[in-house]
Amino acid sequence: MSLQSPLSRVRGLGSAKNGTHHWWMQRLTAVALVPLVVWFAIALIGLTGDSYEVAIAWMRSPFNAIMMILLIIATFHHMQLGLQVVIEDYIHNEGAKVFLMIGQKLITFVLAIAAGFAVLKIAFGG
Amino acid sequence: MNTNERPLSPHLQIYRWQWTMALSILHRATGVALSVGTLLLVGWLLALSEGPTRYEAYQTFIGHWFGRLLLFGWTWALFYHLCNGIRHLFWDTGRGFELDTAAKSGYFACFASVSLTLIAWIVAYSMTGTVQ
Repeated sequence: MSLQSPLSRVRGLGSAKNGTHHWWMQRLTAVALVPLVVWFAIALIGLTGDSYEVAIAWMRSPFNAIMMILLIIATFHHMQLGLQVVIEDYIHNEGAKVFLMIGQKLITFVLAIAAGFAVLKIAFGG
Repeated sequence: MNTNERPLSPHLQIYRWQWTMALSILHRATGVALSVGTLLLVGWLLALSEGPTRYEAYQTFIGHWFGRLLLFGWTWALFYHLCNGIRHLFWDTGRGFELDTAAKSGYFACFASVSLTLIAWIVAYSMTGTVQ
């Protein structure tokens, strides 16, 4: 048994035993997004040029509201994972990397909460 | 830990440009673009939740030629990332890496993304019945 912490093991380039988690979540959200995006694209085309009342009525349908929330969760999780890889690949300055990594995680979270809140507010008739 | 002295693999400009490589870069580029594009989605949802006045303002913005251009680019980026993403998921099963197959699936992803974009916009315009 090693007395090293997972962090020091990684610093010595060992395994932290979660190497595939990022990869797996990116694939899982990708698989979920295939039907969700197709559904959303068709729904948006249907709502083109429609009035506020029609759009509200559409969002109040439980099925549409649930699908929107699933889409929001999958989209922003997938987006966060993707942006993380881009930053890891291209930003080599340690300070800038940490700054951007915290920034992208927090901004993604804010956007997801804002979108989810808007859907729930409409769905619950606020 | 000092990693600066390690040898680097050749940079991108060393290689001859190839179809599959361009599509790979495009997948990442559309991913980043779509990330920024989520602002359109969040804006739409917030406007809808804030009431008719805000929703109308949003529709005016997206109906403006610049808004439509953004939305058109967003549509294509979404369909490209979707089609090429399915190609990536197929690769994850360990299949389709032969040079010929990889090139062909790339052609198909491009063709499908452009077709889907055009179909989406033609259907959307035919439903509103107005081309401004």
